[in-house]
Amino acid sequence: MSESVVPQPAAVASKPQVALLDMFLTFLQIGATSFGGGVVAYLRSALVGKKKWLDDVEFLELMSISNTLPGLNATNMAILAGDRLCGTAGSVAAMLGMCLPAFIFMTAAGIAYDSSTGSRPMVTAALHGVAAAAVGLIAATWYQIGKKSVKGFYDAFFILAAVLGVNHFKISVPVVLIGVGAVAIFAYRPRKPEKEDPDQWISSLR
Amino acid sequence: MDQFSSLAGVFSYLSLLTVGGGMAAWPEMKTLVVATHHWMSEAQLIHVYSVGQMSPGPNMMMVAAIGVKVAWIPGALIAALAFFLPTGVLTFVVGRVWTKLANWPWRESIQRGLGPVAIGLAVAGLLSFGRGSITSWVALAVALAVFFATVRTKINPALLILGGALVGVVALH
Repeated sequence: MSESVVPQPAAVASKPQVALLDMFLTFLQIGATSFGGGVVAYLRSALVGKKKWLDDVEFLELMSISNTLPGLNATNMAILAGDRLCGTAGSVAAMLGMCLPAFIFMTAAGIAYDSSTGSRPMVTAALHGVAAAAVGLIAATWYQIGKKSVKGFYDAFFILAAVLGVNHFKISVPVVLIGVGAVAIFAYRPRKPEKEDPDQWISSLR
Repeated sequence: MDQFSSLAGVFSYLSLLTVGGGMAAWPEMKTLVVATHHWMSEAQLIHVYSVGQMSPGPNMMMVAAIGVKVAWIPGALIAALAFFLPTGVLTFVVGRVWTKLANWPWRESIQRGLGPVAIGLAVAGLLSFGRGSITSWVALAVALAVFFATVRTKINPALLILGGALVGVVALH
Protein backbone atom coordinates (compact mmCIF):
# COMPACT_ATOMS: atom_id res chain seq x y z
CA MET A 1 0.00 0.00 0.00
CA SER A 2 1.48 3.30 -0.97
CA GLU A 3 1.45 5.90 1.77
CA SER A 4 -0.58 8.35 -0.22
CA VAL A 5 -3.90 6.55 0.11
CA VAL A 6 -3.70 5.66 3.79
CA PRO A 7 -6.09 7.96 5.64
CA GLN A 8 -4.32 10.46 7.83
CA PRO A 9 -5.66 10.41 11.38
CA ALA A 10 -5.18 14.18 11.56
CA ALA A 11 -7.35 14.72 8.52
CA VAL A 12 -10.12 12.57 9.95
CA ALA A 13 -9.96 14.33 13.28
CA SER A 14 -10.30 17.76 11.69
CA LYS A 15 -13.26 16.62 9.60
CA PRO A 16 -15.35 19.69 8.91
CA GLN A 17 -18.95 19.82 10.04
CA VAL A 18 -21.10 19.92 6.94
CA ALA A 19 -24.78 20.74 6.97
CA LEU A 20 -27.03 18.27 5.18
CA LEU A 21 -28.63 20.93 3.02
CA ASP A 22 -25.22 22.24 1.97
CA MET A 23 -24.21 18.70 1.12
CA PHE A 24 -27.33 18.14 -0.97
CA LEU A 25 -26.98 21.44 -2.83
CA THR A 26 -23.29 20.95 -3.54
CA PHE A 27 -23.88 17.54 -5.08
CA LEU A 28 -26.97 18.82 -6.88
CA GLN A 29 -24.76 21.39 -8.54
CA ILE A 30 -22.14 18.79 -9.48
CA GLY A 31 -24.91 16.48 -10.71
CA ALA A 32 -26.32 19.23 -12.89
CA THR A 33 -23.10 20.55 -14.39
CA SER A 34 -20.71 17.61 -14.82
CA PHE A 35 -20.56 15.87 -18.17
CA GLY A 36 -19.09 12.71 -19.59
CA GLY A 37 -15.98 11.19 -18.12
CA GLY A 38 -15.17 14.52 -16.52
CA VAL A 39 -17.24 13.99 -13.39
CA VAL A 40 -14.15 13.18 -11.31
CA ALA A 41 -12.59 16.55 -12.19
CA TYR A 42 -15.80 18.34 -11.17
CA LEU A 43 -15.93 16.42 -7.88
CA ARG A 44 -12.35 17.25 -7.09
CA SER A 45 -12.66 20.94 -7.81
CA ALA A 46 -15.82 21.17 -5.70
CA LEU A 47 -14.91 18.96 -2.72
CA VAL A 48 -11.17 19.57 -2.47
CA GLY A 49 -10.92 22.98 -4.10
CA LYS A 50 -13.96 25.10 -3.44
CA LYS A 51 -15.47 23.53 -0.32
CA LYS A 52 -12.28 22.14 1.26
CA TRP A 53 -14.32 19.29 2.72
CA LEU A 54 -11.64 16.76 1.76
CA ASP A 55 -7.91 17.01 1.16
CA ASP A 56 -6.19 15.41 -1.82
CA VAL A 57 -5.13 12.36 0.17
CA GLU A 58 -8.69 11.62 1.29
CA PHE A 59 -10.04 12.29 -2.19
CA LEU A 60 -7.63 9.78 -3.73
CA GLU A 61 -8.46 7.23 -1.07
CA LEU A 62 -12.18 7.53 -1.80
CA MET A 63 -11.46 7.35 -5.55
CA SER A 64 -9.56 4.11 -5.09
CA ILE A 65 -12.53 2.55 -3.28
CA SER A 66 -14.94 3.98 -5.82
CA ASN A 67 -12.99 2.49 -8.75
CA THR A 68 -12.74 -0.97 -7.26
CA LEU A 69 -16.43 -1.37 -6.48
CA PRO A 70 -19.25 -1.76 -8.98
CA GLY A 71 -21.22 1.41 -9.60
CA LEU A 72 -20.26 4.65 -11.31
CA ASN A 73 -17.61 7.00 -10.01
CA ALA A 74 -20.13 9.82 -9.79
CA THR A 75 -22.51 8.00 -7.45
CA ASN A 76 -19.91 6.00 -5.55
CA MET A 77 -18.01 9.18 -4.76
CA ALA A 78 -21.21 10.91 -3.63
CA ILE A 79 -21.94 8.06 -1.22
CA LEU A 80 -18.40 7.79 0.14
CA ALA A 81 -17.85 11.54 0.54
CA GLY A 82 -21.33 12.03 1.98
CA ASP A 83 -20.76 9.31 4.56
CA ARG A 84 -17.32 10.58 5.49
CA LEU A 85 -18.55 14.14 5.96
CA CYS A 86 -21.88 13.63 7.69
CA GLY A 87 -22.68 9.98 8.06
CA THR A 88 -25.56 7.99 6.64
CA ALA A 89 -27.81 10.99 6.09
CA GLY A 90 -25.01 12.81 4.29
CA SER A 91 -24.56 9.84 2.03
CA VAL A 92 -28.24 9.84 1.09
CA ALA A 93 -28.29 13.63 0.59
CA ALA A 94 -25.22 13.56 -1.66
CA MET A 95 -26.53 10.62 -3.69
CA LEU A 96 -29.92 12.27 -4.22
CA GLY A 97 -28.31 15.54 -5.28
CA MET A 98 -26.00 13.77 -7.70
CA CYS A 99 -28.79 11.73 -9.31
CA LEU A 100 -31.72 14.12 -9.45
CA PRO A 101 -30.70 16.28 -12.46
CA ALA A 102 -29.74 13.22 -14.52
CA PHE A 103 -32.98 11.47 -13.61
CA ILE A 104 -35.05 14.43 -14.77
CA PHE A 105 -32.96 14.81 -17.92
CA MET A 106 -33.12 11.13 -18.91
CA THR A 107 -36.79 10.69 -18.03
CA ALA A 108 -37.64 13.71 -20.18
CA ALA A 109 -35.38 12.40 -22.95
CA GLY A 110 -37.07 9.01 -22.71
CA ILE A 111 -40.52 10.55 -23.01
CA ALA A 112 -39.44 12.71 -25.96
CA TYR A 113 -37.78 9.72 -27.63
CA ASP A 114 -40.77 7.48 -27.05
CA SER A 115 -43.11 9.89 -28.79
CA SER A 116 -40.80 10.78 -31.67
CA THR A 117 -39.28 7.58 -33.04
CA GLY A 118 -40.52 6.32 -36.31
CA SER A 119 -42.29 9.57 -36.99
CA ARG A 120 -39.19 11.66 -37.52
CA PRO A 121 -36.30 10.27 -39.57
CA MET A 122 -34.36 13.40 -38.70
CA VAL A 123 -34.32 12.40 -35.02
CA THR A 124 -33.00 8.99 -35.99
CA ALA A 125 -30.28 10.56 -38.15
CA ALA A 126 -29.25 12.87 -35.30
CA LEU A 127 -29.13 9.96 -32.85
CA HIS A 128 -27.05 7.96 -35.29
CA GLY A 129 -24.51 10.77 -35.16
CA VAL A 130 -24.79 10.97 -31.38
CA ALA A 131 -24.11 7.23 -31.05
CA ALA A 132 -21.02 7.50 -33.27
CA ALA A 133 -19.76 10.42 -31.19
CA ALA A 134 -20.40 8.43 -28.00
CA VAL A 135 -18.17 5.62 -29.31
CA GLY A 136 -15.36 8.11 -29.90
CA LEU A 137 -15.84 9.70 -26.50
CA ILE A 138 -15.90 6.46 -24.52
CA ALA A 139 -12.97 5.07 -26.52
CA ALA A 140 -10.98 8.23 -25.72
CA THR A 141 -11.78 7.99 -22.01
CA TRP A 142 -10.57 4.40 -21.81
CA TYR A 143 -7.59 5.09 -24.05
CA GLN A 144 -6.46 7.74 -21.58
CA ILE A 145 -6.96 5.45 -18.59
CA GLY A 146 -5.21 2.60 -20.37
CA LYS A 147 -2.25 4.68 -21.51
CA LYS A 148 -1.46 5.64 -17.94
CA SER A 149 -2.23 2.42 -16.13
CA VAL A 150 -1.36 -0.49 -18.40
CA LYS A 151 2.10 -1.65 -17.56
CA GLY A 152 3.72 -4.88 -18.56
CA PHE A 153 2.62 -8.27 -19.72
CA TYR A 154 0.15 -9.12 -16.94
CA ASP A 155 -2.04 -6.08 -17.53
CA ALA A 156 -2.13 -6.61 -21.29
CA PHE A 157 -2.92 -10.28 -20.74
CA PHE A 158 -5.88 -9.63 -18.41
CA ILE A 159 -7.31 -6.97 -20.71
CA LEU A 160 -7.08 -9.35 -23.65
CA ALA A 161 -8.58 -12.22 -21.62
CA ALA A 162 -11.59 -10.08 -20.66
CA VAL A 163 -12.11 -8.80 -24.21
CA LEU A 164 -11.83 -12.24 -25.81
CA GLY A 165 -13.96 -13.86 -23.10
CA VAL A 166 -16.87 -11.50 -23.68
CA ASN A 167 -16.59 -10.79 -27.39
CA HIS A 168 -15.12 -13.90 -28.94
CA PHE A 169 -16.13 -16.72 -26.64
CA LYS A 170 -19.42 -15.07 -25.69
CA ILE A 171 -18.95 -15.82 -22.01
CA SER A 172 -21.28 -13.73 -19.87
CA VAL A 173 -19.86 -10.60 -18.24
CA PRO A 174 -20.24 -11.73 -14.59
CA VAL A 175 -18.39 -14.98 -15.29
CA VAL A 176 -15.54 -13.12 -16.99
CA LEU A 177 -15.49 -10.53 -14.21
CA ILE A 178 -15.23 -13.13 -11.46
CA GLY A 179 -12.99 -15.53 -13.41
CA VAL A 180 -10.43 -13.13 -14.85
CA GLY A 181 -10.78 -10.90 -11.79
CA ALA A 182 -9.83 -13.73 -9.42
CA VAL A 183 -6.80 -14.70 -11.51
CA ALA A 184 -5.73 -11.05 -11.79
CA ILE A 185 -6.02 -10.47 -8.05
CA PHE A 186 -4.02 -13.64 -7.46
CA ALA A 187 -1.36 -12.51 -9.94
CA TYR A 188 -1.00 -9.30 -7.95
CA ARG A 189 -1.15 -11.13 -4.62
CA PRO A 190 0.74 -9.65 -1.69
CA ARG A 191 4.45 -10.27 -2.05
CA LYS A 192 7.75 -8.77 -1.08
CA PRO A 193 8.01 -5.17 -2.23
CA GLU A 194 7.42 -5.11 -5.95
CA LYS A 195 7.19 -1.43 -6.49
CA GLU A 196 4.34 -0.58 -8.72
CA ASP A 197 2.17 2.34 -7.90
CA PRO A 198 -1.43 1.26 -7.31
CA ASP A 199 -2.52 4.88 -7.58
CA GLN A 200 -1.64 5.10 -11.25
CA TRP A 201 -5.02 3.86 -12.31
CA ILE A 202 -6.75 6.28 -10.03
CA SER A 203 -4.67 9.32 -10.76
CA SER A 204 -5.13 8.68 -14.45
CA LEU A 205 -8.79 9.46 -13.98
CA ARG A 206 -8.25 12.93 -12.64
CA MET B 1 -46.83 -5.27 -11.95
CA ASP B 2 -44.87 -8.00 -13.65
CA GLN B 3 -43.07 -5.36 -15.73
CA PHE B 4 -41.95 -3.61 -12.56
CA SER B 5 -40.37 -6.70 -11.07
CA SER B 6 -38.65 -7.45 -14.39
CA LEU B 7 -37.28 -3.90 -14.49
CA ALA B 8 -36.11 -4.14 -10.90
CA GLY B 9 -34.47 -7.53 -11.47
CA VAL B 10 -32.72 -6.62 -14.71
CA PHE B 11 -31.32 -3.30 -13.55
CA SER B 12 -30.17 -4.36 -10.10
CA TYR B 13 -28.34 -7.25 -11.77
CA LEU B 14 -26.78 -4.99 -14.41
CA SER B 15 -25.65 -2.48 -11.80
CA LEU B 16 -23.42 -5.10 -10.17
CA LEU B 17 -21.50 -5.48 -13.45
CA THR B 18 -20.53 -1.82 -13.78
CA VAL B 19 -16.99 -2.25 -12.52
CA GLY B 20 -15.04 0.73 -13.80
CA GLY B 21 -18.09 2.25 -15.47
CA GLY B 22 -21.26 1.56 -17.41
CA MET B 23 -19.71 0.17 -20.59
CA ALA B 24 -18.77 -3.09 -18.86
CA ALA B 25 -22.47 -3.89 -18.51
CA TRP B 26 -23.33 -3.20 -22.17
CA PRO B 27 -23.20 -6.77 -23.57
CA GLU B 28 -25.48 -8.06 -20.79
CA MET B 29 -27.73 -5.03 -21.08
CA LYS B 30 -28.16 -5.60 -24.79
CA THR B 31 -28.99 -9.26 -24.23
CA LEU B 32 -31.53 -8.60 -21.46
CA VAL B 33 -33.22 -5.47 -22.82
CA VAL B 34 -33.31 -6.45 -26.49
CA ALA B 35 -33.32 -10.24 -26.73
CA THR B 36 -34.84 -11.38 -23.44
CA HIS B 37 -37.47 -8.74 -22.65
CA HIS B 38 -37.99 -7.02 -26.02
CA TRP B 39 -38.25 -3.63 -24.34
CA MET B 40 -36.40 -1.93 -27.20
CA SER B 41 -34.61 -2.73 -30.44
CA GLU B 42 -30.81 -2.70 -30.42
CA ALA B 43 -30.85 0.55 -32.43
CA GLN B 44 -33.15 2.18 -29.88
CA LEU B 45 -31.01 1.01 -26.98
CA ILE B 46 -27.91 2.43 -28.68
CA HIS B 47 -29.72 5.75 -29.15
CA VAL B 48 -30.80 5.95 -25.53
CA TYR B 49 -27.38 4.93 -24.26
CA SER B 50 -25.77 7.60 -26.42
CA VAL B 51 -28.13 10.29 -25.19
CA GLY B 52 -27.00 9.25 -21.70
CA GLN B 53 -23.52 10.49 -22.63
CA MET B 54 -25.04 13.96 -22.98
CA SER B 55 -26.71 13.82 -19.60
CA PRO B 56 -25.26 15.74 -16.68
CA GLY B 57 -24.24 13.61 -13.69
CA PRO B 58 -24.10 9.81 -13.86
CA ASN B 59 -24.47 8.88 -17.54
CA MET B 60 -25.94 5.47 -16.73
CA MET B 61 -29.10 7.25 -15.62
CA MET B 62 -30.06 6.34 -19.20
CA VAL B 63 -31.70 3.33 -17.55
CA ALA B 64 -34.53 5.74 -16.65
CA ALA B 65 -35.27 6.18 -20.37
CA ILE B 66 -35.60 2.40 -20.75
CA GLY B 67 -37.94 2.45 -17.76
CA VAL B 68 -40.03 5.13 -19.47
CA LYS B 69 -40.41 2.94 -22.54
CA VAL B 70 -41.58 0.01 -20.43
CA ALA B 71 -43.82 1.64 -17.82
CA TRP B 72 -43.78 5.43 -18.19
CA ILE B 73 -42.55 7.51 -15.23
CA PRO B 74 -43.08 4.80 -12.58
CA GLY B 75 -40.94 2.58 -14.81
CA ALA B 76 -38.22 5.23 -14.90
CA LEU B 77 -38.26 5.44 -11.11
CA ILE B 78 -38.05 1.68 -10.64
CA ALA B 79 -35.24 1.32 -13.20
CA ALA B 80 -33.23 4.13 -11.60
CA LEU B 81 -33.73 2.84 -8.05
CA ALA B 82 -32.86 -0.71 -9.06
CA PHE B 83 -29.75 0.46 -10.84
CA PHE B 84 -28.40 2.83 -8.19
CA LEU B 85 -29.64 1.46 -4.87
CA PRO B 86 -27.95 -1.99 -4.61
CA THR B 87 -24.49 -0.78 -5.67
CA GLY B 88 -25.06 2.30 -3.53
CA VAL B 89 -25.63 0.21 -0.41
CA LEU B 90 -22.67 -2.01 -1.31
CA THR B 91 -20.41 1.04 -1.71
CA PHE B 92 -21.67 2.48 1.57
CA VAL B 93 -20.94 -0.71 3.54
CA VAL B 94 -17.64 -1.56 1.87
CA GLY B 95 -16.56 2.09 2.11
CA ARG B 96 -16.77 1.90 5.88
CA VAL B 97 -14.98 -1.43 6.12
CA TRP B 98 -12.37 -0.61 3.45
CA THR B 99 -10.95 2.30 5.42
CA LYS B 100 -10.29 -0.01 8.33
CA LEU B 101 -8.46 -2.41 6.04
CA ALA B 102 -5.75 0.07 5.11
CA ASN B 103 -3.04 -2.38 6.15
CA TRP B 104 -4.62 -5.53 4.73
CA PRO B 105 -2.15 -6.59 2.00
CA TRP B 106 -4.85 -8.05 -0.29
CA ARG B 107 -6.49 -4.65 -0.52
CA GLU B 108 -3.82 -3.47 -2.90
CA SER B 109 -3.98 -6.76 -4.81
CA ILE B 110 -7.70 -6.31 -5.38
CA GLN B 111 -7.31 -2.74 -6.58
CA ARG B 112 -4.34 -3.60 -8.78
CA GLY B 113 -5.92 -6.75 -10.22
CA LEU B 114 -9.32 -5.32 -11.03
CA GLY B 115 -7.83 -2.36 -12.93
CA PRO B 116 -6.96 -4.24 -16.14
CA VAL B 117 -10.12 -6.38 -15.90
CA ALA B 118 -12.24 -3.21 -15.79
CA ILE B 119 -10.41 -1.90 -18.88
CA GLY B 120 -10.93 -5.21 -20.66
CA LEU B 121 -14.65 -5.30 -19.88
CA ALA B 122 -15.04 -1.70 -21.07
CA VAL B 123 -13.22 -2.48 -24.33
CA ALA B 124 -15.39 -5.57 -24.81
CA GLY B 125 -18.53 -3.50 -24.22
CA LEU B 126 -17.33 -0.79 -26.54
CA LEU B 127 -16.56 -3.25 -29.35
CA SER B 128 -20.06 -4.67 -29.06
CA PHE B 129 -21.56 -1.18 -28.89
CA GLY B 130 -19.45 -0.01 -31.83
CA ARG B 131 -20.57 -2.89 -34.03
CA GLY B 132 -24.13 -1.69 -33.62
CA SER B 133 -23.51 2.02 -33.95
CA ILE B 134 -20.69 2.47 -36.49
CA THR B 135 -22.73 1.44 -39.48
CA SER B 136 -21.53 3.96 -42.06
CA TRP B 137 -18.36 5.76 -43.13
CA VAL B 138 -19.78 9.00 -41.79
CA ALA B 139 -20.32 7.39 -38.38
CA LEU B 140 -16.75 6.10 -38.40
CA ALA B 141 -15.46 9.57 -39.27
CA VAL B 142 -17.50 11.13 -36.44
CA ALA B 143 -16.23 8.56 -33.93
CA LEU B 144 -12.59 9.14 -34.95
CA ALA B 145 -12.99 12.92 -34.90
CA VAL B 146 -14.50 12.84 -31.41
CA PHE B 147 -11.81 10.42 -30.23
CA PHE B 148 -8.97 12.70 -31.33
CA ALA B 149 -10.69 15.87 -30.14
CA THR B 150 -11.11 14.32 -26.68
CA VAL B 151 -7.57 13.01 -26.46
CA ARG B 152 -5.94 16.17 -27.83
CA THR B 153 -8.08 18.99 -26.41
CA LYS B 154 -10.05 19.81 -23.28
CA ILE B 155 -13.28 20.48 -25.15
CA ASN B 156 -16.55 19.77 -23.29
CA PRO B 157 -17.64 16.24 -24.26
CA ALA B 158 -21.31 17.30 -24.37
CA LEU B 159 -20.43 19.71 -27.20
CA LEU B 160 -18.75 16.91 -29.15
CA ILE B 161 -21.84 14.76 -28.81
CA LEU B 162 -24.01 17.64 -30.02
CA GLY B 163 -21.60 18.03 -32.95
CA GLY B 164 -22.16 14.36 -33.72
CA ALA B 165 -25.91 15.00 -33.76
CA LEU B 166 -25.42 17.86 -36.20
CA VAL B 167 -23.29 15.78 -38.55
CA GLY B 168 -25.89 13.04 -38.31
CA VAL B 169 -28.67 15.37 -39.40
CA VAL B 170 -26.67 16.89 -42.25
CA ALA B 171 -24.97 13.78 -43.60
CA LEU B 172 -27.20 10.86 -42.75
CA HIS B 173 -30.65 12.32 -43.10
